[in-house]
Amino acid sequence: MIVAGCDIGSLTAKAVIMENGQIASSAVIRAKPAPEDSAREVMELALSSMKASPGDISKCVGTGYGRKHIPFVNAVESEIVCHARGAVWQVPTARTVIDIGGQDAKAIRVDESGGVVRFVYNDKCASGTGRFLEIISDALDIRLEDLGDIASKSEKRITLSNQCVVFAETEIISLVNEGAEIPDIIRALHSAVANRAASLARGIVVENDVVMTGGVARNSGMFAALGAALGVSLKSVDNPQINGALGAALIAADTA
Amino acid sequence: MITAGCDVGSLTSKAVILKDGRILKTAIIKSRPKPADSAVEVMNQALSQAGLSMGDISSCVGTGYGRDRIPFVSDTATEIACHGRGAHWLVPSARTVIDIGGQDCKAIRLDAGGGMLKFTANDKCASGTGRFLEVMARLLGIELSEIGGMSAESKSPITLASACTVWAQADVIQHLNNRVPVADIAAGINNAMAARMAIIVNGIGCERDVVMTGGVAKNAGVVAALEKMLGLRIKRISRSDPQLAGAIGAALIAVDREKGGAA
Repeated sequence: MIVAGCDIGSLTAKAVIMENGQIASSAVIRAKPAPEDSAREVMELALSSMKASPGDISKCVGTGYGRKHIPFVNAVESEIVCHARGAVWQVPTARTVIDIGGQDAKAIRVDESGGVVRFVYNDKCASGTGRFLEIISDALDIRLEDLGDIASKSEKRITLSNQCVVFAETEIISLVNEGAEIPDIIRALHSAVANRAASLARGIVVENDVVMTGGVARNSGMFAALGAALGVSLKSVDNPQINGALGAALIAADTA
Repeated sequence: MITAGCDVGSLTSKAVILKDGRILKTAIIKSRPKPADSAVEVMNQALSQAGLSMGDISSCVGTGYGRDRIPFVSDTATEIACHGRGAHWLVPSARTVIDIGGQDCKAIRLDAGGGMLKFTANDKCASGTGRFLEVMARLLGIELSEIGGMSAESKSPITLASACTVWAQADVIQHLNNRVPVADIAAGINNAMAARMAIIVNGIGCERDVVMTGGVAKNAGVVAALEKMLGLRIKRISRSDPQLAGAIGAALIAVDREKGGAA
């Protein structure tokens, strides 16, 4: 049986195709202005890499910010439910999932079968979301994917005094002008985002094991900073960015 | 007795020279990167207009964000103290003072004598501060001073989906792309600003008369929206520029402290 999950986020669109309980193919693209276009393109990419066609998929579940606009899905499911399900499939011992996305952050407590126990969500404030990293990397003319490596070269610990992205951007520009080292600044940035996400997560009482999902988890600096902010040893998942789409595919398999 | 107040804010710096309880001269400049430079420049501007030199000032109190780096002050006072004192002098019936700074928002409750009863401040989040309006004006390609008047031209203001300055920018860009008239976007921005301020003010309880100090008090759109949200009229400051309230308060505190010291 072939099933699929499609996760249309604000920054990226993800698709996962599963065959007989295993990941057969996956794809990640930058989101287009129209969610329909993102959905079609990312699904075509995933299908073509396993030489399958849309007709081979018996069921597809959509999730993410743009889930209501995906033309080919049979059902939709919330991101919270999909991330919980995907994380427990990837790490069966996971009991807390922290997902940092491009414009939100979520912390979810899950049970052993991947069900949601409780969750908390921030989409009101850009601090603690991937957008914070994006804005600062833009301002410093650094590629988002290079942030982790740059932070690893930090030799001196500095702390940002502002939590607000708007104020922090000004503070970071002043730090650069005052001659602070970029790796130290990036490490401080990671800590600021992580502290904000950690305080969100503490609202639902963090229980081990803790996994981090979402594209931001691929940034090794953020992964380390979040572990430090929570005071736990975070478990990594092989595919943090496709976790939501994976959860959607698993839910598709349940009902196919 | 001639005293001075110098208010070095994040966006603008203000100086006021007081002589025998009257405002002699004032100055407002855009703040420089270094607070010390802003302070010297704005004070020199006020002094030269008054035909005075620093030696003629018996004491000067510094306030604002950069108050600890003003080289020539005899003393400093908090912004809350200065705005409270300045607002009471400008409008003696004032019991609630709302001050919007370049990167904060304060609400102060005063007693009949101008003494501070309580206050609240937001300096953690750019929303509801002058920075929010600054970012939005830049996005719209208009001057900060222009945005306030645009509410009056708008027939159907937009509603911003989020209070966060970052998310609101994305929202405004989308409205601009959809060719929504700039006046409608500006009016929506003024309303969002007022909504955020109303939450802060209501946190300490709003009592009449209410006055607004700081540069945003000159933004007619924000003032009108805030009046609607609070359900009362905000008393206008006519005796001086509302943006000078902090520096006026500082100069008055300089007088108080001299008198106190002499007694």
